[in-house]
Amino acid sequence: MSNNNTAAIEREKRHMGLKASARISNTIIYILLIAISIVWLIPFVCIVLQSFRMESTGRVGYVIPQVWGLGNYRKLFDPSTNFLRWYLNTFIIALVVAVVQTVIVLCMSYTLSRFRFKMRKPLMQFMLILGMFPGMLAMIILYRVLDDLHLTGQYGNAVPGLILVYVASSGMGYYVSKGFFDTIPKTLDEAARVDGANRAQVLYKIILTLAKPIVIYTILTAFMGPWGDFVFARYVSQVIPQAMNVAVGLQSWLATDTMVHDNYTLFCAGGVVVAVPVAILFMCLQRYYVEGVTGGAVKG
Amino acid sequence: MKRYSDLEYLRLSKGQKFLYKLASFFAAIPRGLWNLVLGIGRFFKDLGLGIGREFSDIYLTFKNGDWKTRSSFLVMGFGSIARGQVLRGLLFLLFEIVFIFYMVVPHGGAYWVKMLGSLGLEGPSKGYDEILDQYTLVPHDNSFRILLYGVLTLFFIAAFIYTWRANVRQNKIAEEILRTGKPLRSGKDDLRSLVDDNFHKTLLALPLTGILVFTVMPIIFMILVAFTNYDGDHNGYTNALFGWVGFENFRTMFSWDVGGVNYAATFGEILTWTLIWAFFATFTNYFLGIFVAMMINKKGIHLKKVWRTILILTIAIPQFISLLYVSKMFDLNGLVNGGLKALGLIQQNIDFWGTPKLARIMVIVINIWIGIPYLMLIATGILMNIPADLYESSRIDGASGWKQFTKITLPYMLFITGPYLLTSFTSNMNNFNVIYLLTGGRPTNAAASGAAGSVGYTDLLITWLFKITTGSGTKYYLASVVGILVFLVVALISLVVYNLLPSVKNEEDFQ
Repeated sequence: MSNNNTAAIEREKRHMGLKASARISNTIIYILLIAISIVWLIPFVCIVLQSFRMESTGRVGYVIPQVWGLGNYRKLFDPSTNFLRWYLNTFIIALVVAVVQTVIVLCMSYTLSRFRFKMRKPLMQFMLILGMFPGMLAMIILYRVLDDLHLTGQYGNAVPGLILVYVASSGMGYYVSKGFFDTIPKTLDEAARVDGANRAQVLYKIILTLAKPIVIYTILTAFMGPWGDFVFARYVSQVIPQAMNVAVGLQSWLATDTMVHDNYTLFCAGGVVVAVPVAILFMCLQRYYVEGVTGGAVKG
Repeated sequence: MKRYSDLEYLRLSKGQKFLYKLASFFAAIPRGLWNLVLGIGRFFKDLGLGIGREFSDIYLTFKNGDWKTRSSFLVMGFGSIARGQVLRGLLFLLFEIVFIFYMVVPHGGAYWVKMLGSLGLEGPSKGYDEILDQYTLVPHDNSFRILLYGVLTLFFIAAFIYTWRANVRQNKIAEEILRTGKPLRSGKDDLRSLVDDNFHKTLLALPLTGILVFTVMPIIFMILVAFTNYDGDHNGYTNALFGWVGFENFRTMFSWDVGGVNYAATFGEILTWTLIWAFFATFTNYFLGIFVAMMINKKGIHLKKVWRTILILTIAIPQFISLLYVSKMFDLNGLVNGGLKALGLIQQNIDFWGTPKLARIMVIVINIWIGIPYLMLIATGILMNIPADLYESSRIDGASGWKQFTKITLPYMLFITGPYLLTSFTSNMNNFNVIYLLTGGRPTNAAASGAAGSVGYTDLLITWLFKITTGSGTKYYLASVVGILVFLVVALISLVVYNLLPSVKNEEDFQ
């Protein structure tokens, strides 16, 4: 009897111990999470604060401005800087790319997921190998070709050329959406085919209605891509002021130390203006993004 | 090498299993190579046989065909039109007309192919400019265009041969169908099949054209450039022509001394750092990402959504902004140094980007800041899929948290994300943005900077490639060599890892 009792007390003690250790470990986790959050937020807080600094334009050793003001933002939208032009360039590119790239990616991934034709496997292997070449290699020649077609920054406008470059090879990025299409049961297609729908109707009427998450994911990633692209935009725009996108433009403000001294707070303001709309859009649609990213990684 | 039977293999420990697999992979290389040789031999045998079959089929089609078929050999699509398949026939005919027109027109296909052997005969010459009153260079042949259009024309010729063969086959098929007394497909049927039986061709037409023109063609072109002397001083048009040099550039890349520059050492150094970087960038993110995901998802932790949202900010904000800003924060007179000084932690500013070792560590650390959120998202998705009863039963058996992690969570994660780890390793090797926007390759590596492009200690192969092709003293041929070598390294790693992965997956499993 007493034996039983001590066992019960032991168990109770252990339970209490578990509870206490759980509390301790949770506390540690909270501390870690708060620390992580601070590290993650610091740069963004700093960039916002510094964009309001009025007393100087260069880098300083403190974060909170001594004189607050909107001067940097006013200067940003002044015609003397090309910022508005860059912003418009990037926006147009992003919009067109979002539409065309989505169409291309969906065509590609749907076909590779649903159809079984002779060249399917070789095609996929070929694209896998193709993807192992650094994309930048192709850029050298594409630049010359675009230049021949008068589509580079040398001719004042790099927007059509950049759209072409982004969109043309987007078929290679079919993996994530193919993985999604693979999860839609094929019996649905077959049922519709039995009912007399042709393959195109199956795609429009059945698959696309079910594929809304992946369509939104594709549009979102396609739209966000051009905002961050630096390499191709630099090649094609040739750092000609009115032809650049925001990434190349803002980077050009910080190219040398003297420029950093003159433009640092302006860069911060520009960064905020670029980041806020994109980030808001992303946050609104993040559910779909998470779905796509996790699905993509799981299906490889 | 000792071979284990299945039963013996199962008895090995984890590490031994891995070593065994690794050893057997390398032991299998000689046989693999031999199989490759055999495979190539077989390929050519099949190819020869296939071509032979094609020719005999073409001959038989001609011999047994009627006059409509026979005239199709010369006028493509004639047979189809004569048999009432007007749409098909017209398309064939149109293609033939365009092809012939393109080939014979002056400065057309024939010209480009003819010039491909030399990449241009007549370089720019000095000519007297009356308006400027001085001698200027007058360009003649254009090596770049010759190479480009030469390759394109070869593509076009191949397409023409393929179409011509299809045209001949069409006639044979049509004859056979008519012999059985069935009607031929009309133009309307053909069009309808494009949204039905042949819908995949319709869907793939646009994407594949794009890939062909904007990826395949440039890659072939750049591979060819590696065998020329195309650079800033030989741009093929306005200053000097470029021509074929054979394997000269590869020899340069692997030489210890070319005009006082040690390319082999430079390449080796950058490649080593690229691999180190890719390894750390991949695995630090991977394990820390899993760790953060587990913390956020732990039972009893509140505000899960808030933590996640804060982390996701780095994905939501375009990378170039955060990277450029962080890069400036860690500058010699940046915020971090200012802050540390104000707190009295340091007297002298720390030169984060000026010291090789520190700069290398910094890019890896900042990459963690960029990369953890992705891994956190991925890991969250996978962690939720691990059956909860696995943890339940292991806890009843007395497993500690750490044991659960190493025995359940990690194996499960590794199994599922194996292919992802591989792709993230190779894409980190080519991670241009992080390196270029953070350091631009700094600090400069004085010993290696004699090589094309100013080489720095944090330069990856890909940023080196970029530097070679921009700015002054561009050496496109060298960039091509680097690009080809990057491809070879990535392909080799992928091959090795795929053979070691536990989960070589069958894609049909998911359907």
